[in-house]
Formats: sequence, C-alpha cells, structure tokens
Amino acid sequence: MNKQMYSGAQILLKSLVKEGVEEIFGYPGGVVLPLYDALYMQDEIKHYLVRHEQAAVHAAEGYARASGRVGVAVVTSGPGACNTITGLANAYYDGTPLILITGQVNSKLIGADAFQEADVVGITRSCCKHNYLVKDVKDLARIIKEAFYIATTGKKGPVVIDIPVDIFNAKYTFEYPKNVELVGYNPNYKGHPLQVQRALETLFEAKRPVIISGGGVMASNASNELKEVATRLQIPVVHTLMGTGTYPDSLETSLGMMGMHGNYCANLTVANADVIFAIGTRFSDRITGCLKKFARDAQVIHIDIDPCSISKNVKATIPIVGDIKNVLSIMIEQLNKSKHVVNNDLKEKWFNDIREWKKKVAIPQKMSEKLSAITVLNTIYDYTKKDEPIVATEVGQHQMWTAQNFKFNQPRKLITSGGLGTMGFGFPAAIGAMAAMKKGYVLNIAGDGSIQMNIQELMTCVDYKFKVINCIINNGYLGMVRQWQEKIYNEHYSQTKISSPDFVKLAQSYGALGIRVEREEEIIPALEKAIEFDGPVMIDFVCENFEMVYPWVLAGQPIDKVLLSREEC
Amino acid sequence: MPTSHTISVLVTNEVGVLSRIVDLFSGRGYNIESLTVAPTLDSIYSRVTIVTRADDDVIEQICKQLNRLIPVIKVANLTLGDAIEYEIGLLKISVNDENRAEFMNIVAQASAKIMDVTEKIYTVKIDGDEKQVQTFAELVRPFGIKEFVRSGKVAITKSGQFSTFKNRKDELKLSL
Repeated sequence: MNKQMYSGAQILLKSLVKEGVEEIFGYPGGVVLPLYDALYMQDEIKHYLVRHEQAAVHAAEGYARASGRVGVAVVTSGPGACNTITGLANAYYDGTPLILITGQVNSKLIGADAFQEADVVGITRSCCKHNYLVKDVKDLARIIKEAFYIATTGKKGPVVIDIPVDIFNAKYTFEYPKNVELVGYNPNYKGHPLQVQRALETLFEAKRPVIISGGGVMASNASNELKEVATRLQIPVVHTLMGTGTYPDSLETSLGMMGMHGNYCANLTVANADVIFAIGTRFSDRITGCLKKFARDAQVIHIDIDPCSISKNVKATIPIVGDIKNVLSIMIEQLNKSKHVVNNDLKEKWFNDIREWKKKVAIPQKMSEKLSAITVLNTIYDYTKKDEPIVATEVGQHQMWTAQNFKFNQPRKLITSGGLGTMGFGFPAAIGAMAAMKKGYVLNIAGDGSIQMNIQELMTCVDYKFKVINCIINNGYLGMVRQWQEKIYNEHYSQTKISSPDFVKLAQSYGALGIRVEREEEIIPALEKAIEFDGPVMIDFVCENFEMVYPWVLAGQPIDKVLLSREEC
Repeated sequence: MPTSHTISVLVTNEVGVLSRIVDLFSGRGYNIESLTVAPTLDSIYSRVTIVTRADDDVIEQICKQLNRLIPVIKVANLTLGDAIEYEIGLLKISVNDENRAEFMNIVAQASAKIMDVTEKIYTVKIDGDEKQVQTFAELVRPFGIKEFVRSGKVAITKSGQFSTFKNRKDELKLSL
C-alpha cells in the first residue's frame, strides 16, 4: 500500500500540530516560500506577521513566558536569520523554551555564497541550546521531535532548526516519532534524597536562614511547593528579578527583590544569613555584587536543574541537581515524616533584625514640578492591580522601578529581559503575551529609549487589535546609563540625552490611541481611556529627567552597601 | 593554581561537533593546549582528547559545560584517575659526520626511531608522555632542529571504565 507523501513544509506544520502548537510568529522571505504556501493551505496554525524578525523571536518568548507553552518563530534565510540573534540570546539566557525555524538556501548551494545565505548553525551556536541543519527530509520529523524535547527539558531554552528550501519541497511520508533517543542528553530530574535530607538538617539548625527564589522556580512551576517549604520551615524569602511572582509579594515573609536594585531588607538579609537556600538562580553578578564578599560565612544549599549553574559563581555547600518541583516535593515528604519541630526561638533575633531592616527604604525624590516616574508607576499599579494584568518591561530605569513598585502574587505575570538586558524586548514580548492570553490587556512599561528599538511592532499590534498598553516613562534620557554617568562619570552625559518623536501623533498615524500625560491628575483618566480602547495604546508620561533608581548597589560593591538616596552618594 | 588536565570527551560523530566544543572553549575564555580527534572503534562515535590548563574549579566548569552539549555523551577528567597518556613528536634534525655517533647514541637511549635519512637531515620519531617528547627535543636541540611536529595527546584509563560501547543500551548505562 502506498503511503501518502507530504512536502517537507507540510511535514513541518504537521509536526508542529503534533507538538500542540497553535500560534507562530514570523516573517516570510524567498527560501521559506514553500512553507508560507503550506501555511496558506491549512487552518490549524495561526501565523502572526511581525515587522522585524527580532520581534518575532521576542514575541515567541513573551508567548512562552506568559503561557508556559513553547514559543515558535519562523524567518527566512540570511538577513532574516541574522536578525533573530538578539532574540535567541535573550531566550537562552532567561531559559525560555523556543523553536526557531530558519529557512536556508538550497542545500546544493550551501557554502557557495548564495543570495541571502548565512551560516546559521555557525552563527547561532553560542546563543541557543542546540541547533540543527536539516539535510534530508527523512530526518525532519525526528529533528523537530528532538528540538521540542531539548527546548522543554533540563534548563529550557531556544533550539534552532535550519531548513534548506529544497528540503521544504522534497516529498516524504509523515510519521511523527513517539520517543526521543538522545544518548548524550539526560537531564537529571530526580534530585538526590540524601542531599535533600542534608539540606533539611542544615535548615533545621539555621539561625539566620533565607531562601532566594529565582527564575527556575517559575520554569519548574514550583511556586506552591516553595510556599509550603518556606511556610513550614519558617524561612523568609527574597526573589531575583527573574523570580518575581514565584513567592507572593503579599506574604509577610516575602522580603521582595534582592540585587543591585533590590530592597535594602532583602540584600541585608542575604548578606547576613548563615544558610542561603538558593532555588533556581544562577547567582548572576547583579545578584551577588562583589563575589568575594558574597555569602562568605554562609552555607549555601543550591537546587538547579543545570549542573553548570551550581558552584559556577558561588560555591555550594550542598548542591542538589534536579527539577525544583521534584526536589521540593521530596523535601515536603521528608518534612512530613520528620519528627522535627521547627523552633522559631532560634530565629527570634533574626526576625527582629529583618523587621528593623524592612523599615529602611529608598527616600523619595522630589526634584521639579514634572511627573515623578515612581508616582506614575505606583498609580498605574494601584489602578490596574484588580485586573492582575501581565506586565512586560523594556530594560532600564523603568524596568527596575516596575520590579520595585509593582507587587506580584503569581508567577508569569512579569515578563522582562533578565540576563541579556535587551532594550526593545518588552513591546514584542507583550504582543506575544497578548497572543497567548487573548483577553484583557497587557501593560508594557517602557522608557523613551527602549520603546524606539522595536516601535515598528505598533503596526502588528494594530493589525491584530492587541490591547497592549505602552506606558512610556519619557524622561528624555537613556536614564539608567545617565544615572551611572551622573554618579561614576562626573555627570558627563555622553550620548545619553535622547529625543523622541511625538508619541501621540505616532500612535495615531499607526491607527493606535496616543495619550500624553504631564500632570498627576491626568494619570488615571488616561488609564481609563486606554483600557476602554479596543486596540494598542501609547501613553507618553512626560517625566522628571533626573530621577534615579534607589536602592542602588554600585557594581562591584558588596550587596549590603545599599545607597538609598542621592544624598548618600 | 592553574594545572594541566587531560579531558577525554566521547561524542556522537556528527558534523559540527568539534566546532561546538572549540566554540565553548573560546566563548568562555578557556584555553586549549592540545586537541586530538578520531573516530572510536564504532565510527558513529568520536573521541576528543583535550589538554587544558586551568584552576580546579574552572576545570569542573569546563567538564560541566562540555556535558551540557547535546552530542557529548561522556566527559572524563583523566588527570584525576589512573591513565596512560601518550603523544608523538616528529623531528627533522641536521646531522653531520662529526656528530653522527653522538646523535645515534641519543636516539638509541631515548628509544626514538629514525624514519628517514637524507645526506644532511635525519627524521626521527619520538613517542611517550609529554615530558619524554620534550626532553628528547631538548637533547637534540644543539644539533639543530629544522622542524618539529607534535601530535596532541591521547590518553586512556587503565581500568576499563571508559571504553567504546558496542550498542546504545550499554552506552546509556555507562553514560549515566
């Protein structure tokens, strides 16, 4: 009996459907024409047309982060593929599961410097978890199966599949493999029970314990387990930027964000702890400050699915390689069996210290009659919190103010570029989040610098009537860099004063709603109008130029050297 | 203190696997002192032997990072165990009538082997560990070394722990 034959393009789409993909982001071009033709002929997968390939990958990442599913992007060869590098690097850093399909020139022309040819496997090697060049249509379904498996297991990340145009056209039967056979890839999920036992014993005896919750807790969907462990062991929890929302900010035991712009209390707690229970964090330099002085006297228990993250920057006393949800579940089981009674007397002084540290916060800055960015963000938060919207951010001062002033009680609500720090990430990521959620609205908190990096996506937003509310904290500067110049480079504002178009008119020209806000009393009416509007909105908040982000630990300083105002500098 | 380590890496024999390893070293600022690659008995796998110099904690990172690569099946730091290390040096040396006897004496004592002889040039093979090859080169340096070609290091454990695998199941068991 003859089996039905399909083109490579059809096999790709059928495989995506098998993986449960319903939406993809992309941009067509010469060598992906057969794929776009196959897309045209089907209705199982919806394609969102962006305006720049970088935005396609960021949107796929926003989609993945908001939904917990895999983000998929499709681009053409050469320039299309090259434009995705920032997006890939961003997803690789922050551990977001993505599949990027890049078209490639005809396999017979590879290496011949063909039109729109680029060595995609070579270029993307260091910014993705794995990549493939498909050389035979017979391998296509297997490769897609492997790619999804690699992207979604271990430390999640982006996988690139480079497909030459002749493979898209070649015919073969379709049978999607049931299993994956990768001898060199066996991420350890279990976590060693004896190590967990040792960790528990150490935590029982700790006088000054703290939990650091990182992005891994979100990736592993382990918020409930974290809450149970922290509550039963009576340990305060700080989170990293990527760990925002993994432990509810509303709880008394949540000390908020730690790190360069973390809370005074969170930083002091970590700096003075005798046992640090680090869960799913890489200990990046933005968290540790001066590495030599970080946790010098503390025992460090470190859970991570990626063995590379353990003892890379901070030496772990008790390393536990495994999936966080599994490891914390083992811990809860052992707690259930244990006769140990958690004794808070040991920690009484510690809780007192923490209560004292909590009182020290950044001192408000009133500099001129212009709007304060912090006031704007607090007002936005208060007004929108009932809707619990997803909040995306770009990168810079506005990002830190958002992380500091918004309270998150659930994971996957803050979508921000953590590791790579990509300006221009927030807007397309918000589009991806909107595509995943399909209802309500998504806030994108932006700066006047960042928003101009992917502003072309306003058209994508208008096309699909995505309700992304861009709140532009417009202070006329690349604020975070300016802040460093003020403090460290003698106020030499070298190339950081940045001009912007009239965002209101710009929004209108795209068919979006533009609103300018210059006074405090205009903030809420603007938000009301924005939420009512059926489509994307740009609110231009004209803010004070020289407001600073505090608390601030200068780069290279120990994390307990926290500056709370300009006067302290 | 940076020390020299011999790391043996078993990989699937596929296009680009060496680039992945070399990129990892250059991208993370690690240093490769020598490198050899060849297929194993079962040609679907290759063995890569890398000599690198670094602090112990960096070596640990290197091994972890290598393990993270998808085509890498197993990584072993042979410096830590009981291993035999071997490399080859090929040298072209000027020899004349006056010093020929002395030269032949050194060659014999070092168990080197003469591979080719022309009127003025002797080509010699020396094998052994790094130190033996180095010592021989130092000994014949006064004669005048015209060319010195050195292989990277290959190494093998004395116990049978890190052998090539006959089938994927055995290999899976061992790679865990």
